[in-house]
Amino acid sequence: MKRYSSLIYVLMFSFILTSCFDKSKPNFQYFPDMYEPISYETYGEYSIFQDGQQALEPVAESISRGWLPYDYEDSAEGYDLAKAELKNPLPYTEENYNKGEEMYAIYCATCHGDKGNGKGYLVEREKILGVPSYDDVGRAITEGSVYHVMYHGINTMGSYASQMSNEELWQLTHYVMTLKDLLEDKEQKEFVEDVENPVVR
Amino acid sequence: MKKVLFRPSKLKNFLLLFSIFFVLGLNAQEEAAEESGPKVIEAVPDADPAKGKELFNSLCAACHKPYKKAVGPALHGVSERRDLDWIQRWTVNSRELIDSGDSQAVAIYEEYNKQAMPAFPQLSKEDVNDIVAYVEQPKPEPKTSKKDDVEGAVAAGGGGASTEVILGILAFVFLMLLVVLVLVNKTLRRFAEANNVELYKKKEKSKPIWVAFAENQFLVLVSVVVVLLMLAYGGYGYLMLVGVDQGYEPVQPIHYSHKIHAGENEIECKYCHSSARKSKHSGIPSLNVCMNCHKQIAEVSEETGNEEYSKEFYDNEIQKLYDATGWDPDSQSYTGETKPVKWVRIHNLPDFAYFNHAQHVTVGQIECQTCHGPVEEMEVMYQHSSLTMGWCINCHRETNVRMDDNPYYEKIHEELSKKYGVDQLTAAEMGGLECGKCHY
Repeated sequence: MKRYSSLIYVLMFSFILTSCFDKSKPNFQYFPDMYEPISYETYGEYSIFQDGQQALEPVAESISRGWLPYDYEDSAEGYDLAKAELKNPLPYTEENYNKGEEMYAIYCATCHGDKGNGKGYLVEREKILGVPSYDDVGRAITEGSVYHVMYHGINTMGSYASQMSNEELWQLTHYVMTLKDLLEDKEQKEFVEDVENPVVR
Repeated sequence: MKKVLFRPSKLKNFLLLFSIFFVLGLNAQEEAAEESGPKVIEAVPDADPAKGKELFNSLCAACHKPYKKAVGPALHGVSERRDLDWIQRWTVNSRELIDSGDSQAVAIYEEYNKQAMPAFPQLSKEDVNDIVAYVEQPKPEPKTSKKDDVEGAVAAGGGGASTEVILGILAFVFLMLLVVLVLVNKTLRRFAEANNVELYKKKEKSKPIWVAFAENQFLVLVSVVVVLLMLAYGGYGYLMLVGVDQGYEPVQPIHYSHKIHAGENEIECKYCHSSARKSKHSGIPSLNVCMNCHKQIAEVSEETGNEEYSKEFYDNEIQKLYDATGWDPDSQSYTGETKPVKWVRIHNLPDFAYFNHAQHVTVGQIECQTCHGPVEEMEVMYQHSSLTMGWCINCHRETNVRMDDNPYYEKIHEELSKKYGVDQLTAAEMGGLECGKCHY
């Protein structure tokens, strides 16, 4: 039996070594004094916050940086009003258009399709259904309605105001309206020169 | 000392293949039995349900589901509740019908909080009939009953539990073999003894090998040095891993599969991690971003379920999301009772190192996968890179800075390329190795 004992020791040793690696736990740290932040970190859990949660919604009635007060309500009347009177404050420059295209590829194209015809990849895979084309006659979207829907969401589409800034939403509106024109076989609008800085920052 | 992530064994692969064939074979049988074509709907006998499905999916499905209430009511059975003429008028322009004072129209308008259905003037009467024919098709029987039992059994056979069973059987067989060998050995020895056969020659008593070894001082010295060197090498490698979490794969409160979202459905990384574009953190998406899609997707498709994780498992994970957001799929509204999801952070730099996502993602245009690895193939997210300082520095030395289309840096690029006499500047040459860039 004695000649096996060394083998058993080796096995035990390797077992102990490998059992230290538990991939669901982080590794040891050596003197982690400066590893751990003293300040409150993003997404942290601290007792001074409501529900112990650092990630909170902005205080009601406060306006985030870069945004303007948006007075159109999240209702059918608000939608109609925004559709009728809200206009894009950004000029139709090439830069704004390109930025809008970039945002469109990230946030919209997966459902609305590259051309805005409502045939995105998720629709083709029948994961999400009922995505209308931008030239849908019943809806007859305008700059105001596009912004309003991105801001508040409509039906099963959610709000995108948490993922993009105010400026990006308006740049995206330019791009969406261009896609609508192209779907309706219209010419794309001429780009204008940027007069000073855009109104909205 | 490198950690190797778990790879399924060959045995598991074999079982997987086996179970796939098994289930496929069953499916084929069932399909053969179900070949009977679409039913003709009494209310709209000449309509084409296939064309109706296309129209329904593109125009109606945003708010209606055939068999379940969504934003609007479930449409199955609508031809029994209303007459066809009414449906046609309502679909083409519901507002007109409400304003005309039609009692049914006003009632449904009131029931859905005065949220009018948009007009669809592009639909002809025939189109509406096609749609009705589609939604009036009887609800497809869930193929679960028989298949699920089998799948469940196969899954149990192909998944974790059965591997153990098979290993157990193997172990038992080996044990039996061992016992048999010992018995045979014993019997043979007895035979040998009985026949006076000498089994082992009596060895001369020689010096044990370790005594000989201990007497040779040179050999002892060399082997001690070798052992010490090996220990030092191993110990150094082990200690260098302290504080490095490469391969860290914690269990998350909701089993979120990057493979399904970013891989199979090709959703942009930045769709959810939108703050990576413009802030230090890449950001865990708040749950409203999940609900952008999952308002409509309450369960995964049949094909999404696999041997390792079943459809029921995934559906349950979506239910966890609904619990956290307080979304009630039956009434299609939020109850207001929310609770936080405590995701476990994986990538975590020490506090003394500064890293900015926006700088790398937006300005540098570096792919997420460069640092985070093949995320689109990860069923469970793990840390791909070591995130050590050496790893950062190495990339800064090798990566060229994108100089074109960046007027902000134009001048410094020009000056620096003149200074170093190169066309392309690496991040290191831009000052990417200076201590104060990351530690301050």
